[in-house]
Amino acid sequence: MNGNKEKLVVIGNGMAGISTVEQILKLSSRFEITVIGTEPYPNYNRIMLSYVLEGSKTLDDIVLNDLHWYEEYGITLHMGTTVSKIDSDTREVVTTDGSRVPYDKVIIATGSNSFILPVPGHDKQGVVGFRDIADCNTMLDAAKNYKKAAVIGGGLLGLEAAKGLVQLGMEVTVVHLMQDLMERQLDSTASAMLKAELERQGIQFKMGAQTSELLGGERVEGIRFADETVLDVDFVVMAVGIKPNITVARESGMEVNRGIIVDDYMQTSLENVYSVGECTEHRGVCYGLVAPLFEQGMILAKHICGVETAPYEGSVVSTKLKISGVDVFSTGEFIDGPEHTVISHKDEWKRTYKKILLRDNVMVGAVLFGDITDSAELQKLIKQQTEMTDDLYASLMGTGCGGHKKATSVETMAEDEIVCGCNGVTKGHIMDAITNQGLTSIDEIKASTGATRSCGGCKPVVEQILQYVLGDNFTTGAKQGICGCTSLSRDEIVAEIRQKGLQTTKEVMNVLGWTQPEGCSKCRPAINYYLGMIAPDTHEDEKESRFVNERMNANIQKDGTYTVVPRMYGGVTTPEDLKRIADVSVKYDVKAVKVTGGQRLDLIGVKKEDLQNVWAELDMPSGYAYAKSLRTVKTCVGSQFCRFGTQDSMAMGARIERKFERLDLPAKFKYAVNGCPRNCAEACTKDIGIVGNDGGWEIFIGGNGGIKARLADSLCKVKTDEELIELCGAIMQHYRETANYLERTSEWVERVGLESIRAVVVDDIQERKALMERIEFALGHVEEPWQKAIRNEQGENKLFHGIEVTARP
Amino acid sequence: MTTKPAGTYYPAGTIDEFLPRIGRVVEIQGKQLAVFLASDGTIFAADNRNPHPKGGPLAEGIVSGHYLYDPLYDWKIDLSTGLVQAPDQGQVQMYSVKVENGTVWIAV
Repeated sequence: MNGNKEKLVVIGNGMAGISTVEQILKLSSRFEITVIGTEPYPNYNRIMLSYVLEGSKTLDDIVLNDLHWYEEYGITLHMGTTVSKIDSDTREVVTTDGSRVPYDKVIIATGSNSFILPVPGHDKQGVVGFRDIADCNTMLDAAKNYKKAAVIGGGLLGLEAAKGLVQLGMEVTVVHLMQDLMERQLDSTASAMLKAELERQGIQFKMGAQTSELLGGERVEGIRFADETVLDVDFVVMAVGIKPNITVARESGMEVNRGIIVDDYMQTSLENVYSVGECTEHRGVCYGLVAPLFEQGMILAKHICGVETAPYEGSVVSTKLKISGVDVFSTGEFIDGPEHTVISHKDEWKRTYKKILLRDNVMVGAVLFGDITDSAELQKLIKQQTEMTDDLYASLMGTGCGGHKKATSVETMAEDEIVCGCNGVTKGHIMDAITNQGLTSIDEIKASTGATRSCGGCKPVVEQILQYVLGDNFTTGAKQGICGCTSLSRDEIVAEIRQKGLQTTKEVMNVLGWTQPEGCSKCRPAINYYLGMIAPDTHEDEKESRFVNERMNANIQKDGTYTVVPRMYGGVTTPEDLKRIADVSVKYDVKAVKVTGGQRLDLIGVKKEDLQNVWAELDMPSGYAYAKSLRTVKTCVGSQFCRFGTQDSMAMGARIERKFERLDLPAKFKYAVNGCPRNCAEACTKDIGIVGNDGGWEIFIGGNGGIKARLADSLCKVKTDEELIELCGAIMQHYRETANYLERTSEWVERVGLESIRAVVVDDIQERKALMERIEFALGHVEEPWQKAIRNEQGENKLFHGIEVTARP
Repeated sequence: MTTKPAGTYYPAGTIDEFLPRIGRVVEIQGKQLAVFLASDGTIFAADNRNPHPKGGPLAEGIVSGHYLYDPLYDWKIDLSTGLVQAPDQGQVQMYSVKVENGTVWIAV
């Protein structure tokens, strides 16, 4: 073996120890690792034992790391070996058979043991816990030879064991001390529903029963309760709880309480010795669930490899019952008290129940039974202490008939289902990145798999997968900068630019401490936009900070040719213009002429070096089909010709387009103007949709028919054309000043709220006028880009023409 | 493979024919190169072929320091080695460049 490596000994070959090892292997190869485990198996998924018992999975199915894996990473594995103590004087780990393994660092991950009630007879044959593969095998054997089983303990584990034994053909009674099943995770209503459901599945219950003695000879034959009643059984599973396995720590003289006491970096009281998982006590809490151990392992791995990491601050836990066909979930506070506002819905026909608890209008806990589609979302909302709103209520509680189903939960999604359609990333890839690479954020997943990097439409699903895999460890609350180059938010950056009078992207990045001195493809165009928005008269636009399309004033296609879209104000053209477009298309051998979605024509496949000539010969203004700017104003026929038209939509559309064209906006911007409420130009999917009526106009905002379809909201009604133009200007300027770069109005309206927009642009007439003045000022500094490029004032020729080397070397 | 071993140097114009941080296509011996002038004055010459399976050009990308963000798929490419940065994979063929008395020479 390599003598330069540090010796790391892991005591415990279960999920906590091995997931920590996996994280360490990703970060560093400095360790020579030895794993010592009592069980004669490689690392398996203990959570899945319930499925093995009920027969839906085999032992092979639940192995997480087979022996080959240990070999591959050069890990020495001692299975079926128990450690007795750590000898810190000689820096050796001592096993019960007397062998000694030297160490530089030790991780204790001994998990926990079943808690066996210390009642008389507890040591008889036929009494087991439910904790590991051996217990599982005992239960499988018992089912072949015995008939009547009792499970003592009506908690999560007890119910899963009971269900398994029923599946194996035994008669099963669950004996529970309390009146409610799973009282530590559920309220009375959900408990009662659960009990009824499990009774339907063949489990019997004895509630409020205190076990005082196990009867029988060598083998258990019955249970006597405190009320002197007796239950005949020939097999007993104890599932009343677990206790952290701290034997090694205690023998080694370490500080222990209920578990092994650790600090926020999982360091025990013994130097170079760490502890992770269920055997650990952190800030007074021992966890008995899987989610916290991943988080602990991740932090410990980073810490032990010398990588900067945030401390572990504990976990908010939630519960899911793993019994096929019975869906139960709870998180946070779930027993209502006088301080709570309770939102609940119980449906006895569908057998579903949903309860959300609020304290001072903040969501603090929830219980779901029968339909747990919303579990990930609720968990997130509760973790982030979200305030309840009307919209949230509607989305969570649906129409009140309990039957609303949102997108399928990621849990039921197949592994090979594509989540990110742009980059072909499957659910499996993402799960893999989370579990095997220890990724915990959208950005990390983006960097590793490419999911969400293109159109961003799959972000909510990726978030749900994160939530599903990490459970409590997933937070979306971390402060994130506008890109990887900075931790500053859009608002902070804009405020700094205004305060300090910063003038170029380089200056912004330099003064505000960017990690990449010249930024990236995300922040450069954004900063360039913010600078221009703040100082329209003095900002010198940086071509080098614009995306290719905006730099070239044409849309690049995949083969490097370009698309040219001239303006057709309001979607109206003339025969002369059409003829010119046709002539130019023929002359420059355009590959295709296509009608766009926005009522104009696309000349597809123009060579870069022909662009200036094409523009010159068209002699039409740019339609800005490539820009984060006003694209098109779609119109219906309107009152000029239509028998139903109440307003002249074609004229108004053209007027708006001429008024607001060429101005830089945070994202592309689409309009529609309709002559009557028939809405033929489809105002509901536009950033601003205008619907004429007999006596004025109605304005809708925030519509989108693209990545994430959204119907526009009605903002207000106006009576005159002048008012309409003023409102349009105020809306656009307010959007320019407050939206994030690349944020469409559909997202902006949802983020800042329709009411707040209405308060600024509709109700506050002075502010509306001020916004209009500012947009007029900015519009005074725009210039027709195609004309500019033809004149080659700024050396644009260098953009459009290459250099051909004919000289000899 | 990083930079192609220097072949024959050809004169590809003077420095002032290149705009800082804006690529330009240079054609030498039938080869299309994307040439970038970085802020620090370094000049890079890359094969003007996007390493993405769908291909396309590179010259119109956004230049940041010695990195390029490709114009079509936003892949990040290290111009000093031609290596595509994670999570994407690939490599762009780079060519040796030298500048003498304001003339840019590229070896193909």
